[in-house]
Amino acid sequence: MKTYPVEIKVNGEWQTAEVTARDTLLDLLRDRFGAFEVKNGCAQGDCGACTVILDHKAVNACLTLALQANGKNVTTLKGVGTPDHPHPLQQSFVEHGAIQCGFCTPGMVVSAKALLDNNPEPTRNEIREGISGNLCRCTGYNKIVEAIEDASLKREE
Amino acid sequence: MLDKLKEKPTTRPDYRIIGKPVARHDAWGKVFADTKYANDYTLPGMLYAKVLRSQYAAAKVLSIDTREAVKLAGVEAVMTARDVPHNETVTRFGQTHKVGGFEGLYRVLAEKKIRFRGEAIALVAAKSLVIAERALGLIKVEYEPLEGVFDPVEAMKPGAYRVGEDESNVICSYKVRKGDIAEGFDLADVIVENTYRVPMVDHAYLEPESGVAWLDDDGVITIRAATQVIEHFRGIADVLGLPHNKVRVIAPMVGGGFGGKEDITVETYIALLAWKTGKPVSLTYTREESIIAHSKRHPYVMKYKTGATKDGKLVAMEAELISDAGGYVFLSPWVLLYSTVKATGPYDITHVRVDSHAVLTNNTFSSANRGFGAPQPCFAYESQLDEIAKQLNLSPLEIRKKNYLHTGDSLATGRVLEHSVETEQTAEKAMEALGAPSPPGSPREKIGQGMASSMMSYGRMTFLHDTSRSYVSLELDGSVTVKCGVQDIGGGQASSLAQITAEVLGVPLEDVTVYIGDSALTPLAGTTTATRQLYMSGNATYKAAMAVRDNLFSKAADILDTASENLDIKDRKIFIRPDKTSDPDRVLALDDVVKACAADGVQLYNVAQFNAPARELIDFQTGQGQVFADFTFGTHAMEVAVDVDTGKVNVLKIIACYDVGQAINPLSAEGQIEGGALYGLGYGMVEEVILDKGNTLTPSLAEYLIPTSVDAPDVKTIMVESGGGVGPFGAKGLGEPSCVSAAAAFANAVADAIGARIYDLPVTAEKIIRALGKI
Repeated sequence: MKTYPVEIKVNGEWQTAEVTARDTLLDLLRDRFGAFEVKNGCAQGDCGACTVILDHKAVNACLTLALQANGKNVTTLKGVGTPDHPHPLQQSFVEHGAIQCGFCTPGMVVSAKALLDNNPEPTRNEIREGISGNLCRCTGYNKIVEAIEDASLKREE
Repeated sequence: MLDKLKEKPTTRPDYRIIGKPVARHDAWGKVFADTKYANDYTLPGMLYAKVLRSQYAAAKVLSIDTREAVKLAGVEAVMTARDVPHNETVTRFGQTHKVGGFEGLYRVLAEKKIRFRGEAIALVAAKSLVIAERALGLIKVEYEPLEGVFDPVEAMKPGAYRVGEDESNVICSYKVRKGDIAEGFDLADVIVENTYRVPMVDHAYLEPESGVAWLDDDGVITIRAATQVIEHFRGIADVLGLPHNKVRVIAPMVGGGFGGKEDITVETYIALLAWKTGKPVSLTYTREESIIAHSKRHPYVMKYKTGATKDGKLVAMEAELISDAGGYVFLSPWVLLYSTVKATGPYDITHVRVDSHAVLTNNTFSSANRGFGAPQPCFAYESQLDEIAKQLNLSPLEIRKKNYLHTGDSLATGRVLEHSVETEQTAEKAMEALGAPSPPGSPREKIGQGMASSMMSYGRMTFLHDTSRSYVSLELDGSVTVKCGVQDIGGGQASSLAQITAEVLGVPLEDVTVYIGDSALTPLAGTTTATRQLYMSGNATYKAAMAVRDNLFSKAADILDTASENLDIKDRKIFIRPDKTSDPDRVLALDDVVKACAADGVQLYNVAQFNAPARELIDFQTGQGQVFADFTFGTHAMEVAVDVDTGKVNVLKIIACYDVGQAINPLSAEGQIEGGALYGLGYGMVEEVILDKGNTLTPSLAEYLIPTSVDAPDVKTIMVESGGGVGPFGAKGLGEPSCVSAAAAFANAVADAIGARIYDLPVTAEKIIRALGKI
């Protein structure tokens, strides 16, 4: 199958690969770049576990072709923050008990970051809207909403 | 946000770590993406597996031709039933006491009759997923389609199509007999009678079934898989014909379980392919495959008849439960027994008659799902309670308060509830928090309120003689290691063990490291099912930590020249309790005492086993006897707004009130209760695996819908802490109980809003419009 070169900036570092026209960004990130923090929960755009930020927009990596990401910035959970430099959202998710099994967490935190980047002071309803593409089966969403709200308030301080 | 927790009175305020809303230690790895789930693990030379699945729900396999698939470049193995050393074995779960009547056939790959659509027929391992998928298409299967049977009531009839090889489709039947049911209905002033149906539902965990298997250096087949039961190593070894100690199962952090990873999923397939090829093999189900081919919650048909006196006392309840087990037995007999024991709910009823049957059909097989047979009858009995209340002009709370069981009362099975029963308190608190109905938002909107209570066991059935083991060790620097073979499926199973150990050994939580989930290296702790880990492994860990503390105190008492019982330990310091000494400054550092112990060869580790109270089998003619160690009781209350033109329901309020015994970590306990409420709400409101002659019509998360963040309001959690549980520090289990009554509360709220009742879950807009007579 014909391949095409792509160059993508993943969490601040340029990475290159040869991809086919049918490879998704999810395939590329997980299978070629080892970005296992991008979770595959359905590969159909229904669950949000593979959410990444493509330039400034949260997208499902499974519904994005690798070629569409060529020349763009991709932010995964590892690009949101690290143990040395945690993002307020990461601190807040842990402290609020917003993480149970943790499988939705990478997509959820990335969606929340995209939300706060575009709307620094969301209402609780806006938070619920903002993460409505991310399924969570464990928490009932309460503590996730609380964690995002608390992080938004802390960023304001 | 922690204010509400601070206000909450605790039963024993002097705990240092127990009862505190601390951050779970596993959350950091998850939030920084350091946690490697089953599908995040790769090995050099790893092959990729795919499963060929039946296109028919009922058929005879005439032939399987794998020759073209084998020839495809990159294919390393193709296996069918005849390549499996022991293709048929008997499923057993964990450390099961030998009890007859609960075994199920475990057939790895289909032969003879296909029993459900999606049954595995052949396995492929190839150098890439693309090649494995292509190879599946090259396997030629010749089928002879058969008639099949898809309705459990039809399947029970004499002469029905036979799903398996046995004479009857009925797997098992149970009874409960208390008093004389005819006499009970004679005493009744009002009687309600209806048939209720609940659908098949999926666990819909975010992480699909997944694992990697490889042959370790010493020839041990090692499987790292998303599972709730590492002790399936025994069953996998039986399939391979290997000694049990030559198969090892490791459970990494699991991305949700809810009972769906209780039965074997990918483990046997990847073990067989690794054994055949000698290479590492990985397999992850697609979402479609997960919905089609893993276990489901049993659909039930339930006939209920309930009688009450005019002052609201329940005098008779008669129930017939028919459970659709699908194509294979799996855990159906156990689930049905749970339903049977809980069929009359947390109520004291004078005369009871329950009959239940689990029946094979050609539908997707059913097995464990959060609540394990409790949510189905709860929807029925809680609907009946509201129907009785309506006839007697009593409120839902009034009728229930007249009939709740209390501590010391007996279940219909004769079992005396010797531990705390606070259902009434949970109901009062839930209804108080629900408050007065909100005003309707428009003339088309009707507001309704509903409640439902339930009881759900925690811990396995007592005749299984369940055990758990845990190892606690103090290291020379005073840090602590716990090894316990729990599987952590997201409920905080590992972190609660860290809290318990830190409490007992007086060390900060961060000083405790917990190793879990390895059938070869961690003491076997049994399944992460049946809401049993906090109860069983919590008690085992407590026991091991106490034994280590005893040794420490013995040495410290020598040094301080006092008695062991005068000592306390806190913040890594051992000291004489203030009321036992005139010299409170005499304090020993923990690591100094550890070093003194080590120098003398004092044992600083312990492996403890906790044995659940064991009972003999119940009397299967009457259902009399003890089946469970204890129960968790609670109540859901909800308020809904129904648009009577469209049938659309908005959930306005959800209150969940549970007696948790003692919250080990209030954040985790609340998390269980909130998540449980939405899991149960999904069952009531939207979830349904729709089958047409065994074919799944909802094989994606766009068709099989679960609640999203905009489908429900915040859940208000109220925790009662009676301290009366049989878990460590008086804790009760919450994982499953927290979901049981939510669907019933939702259905009752809708019935209150529209003045008509819907007898089939889920309560959809279409059913509401029908109930209103608009279509």
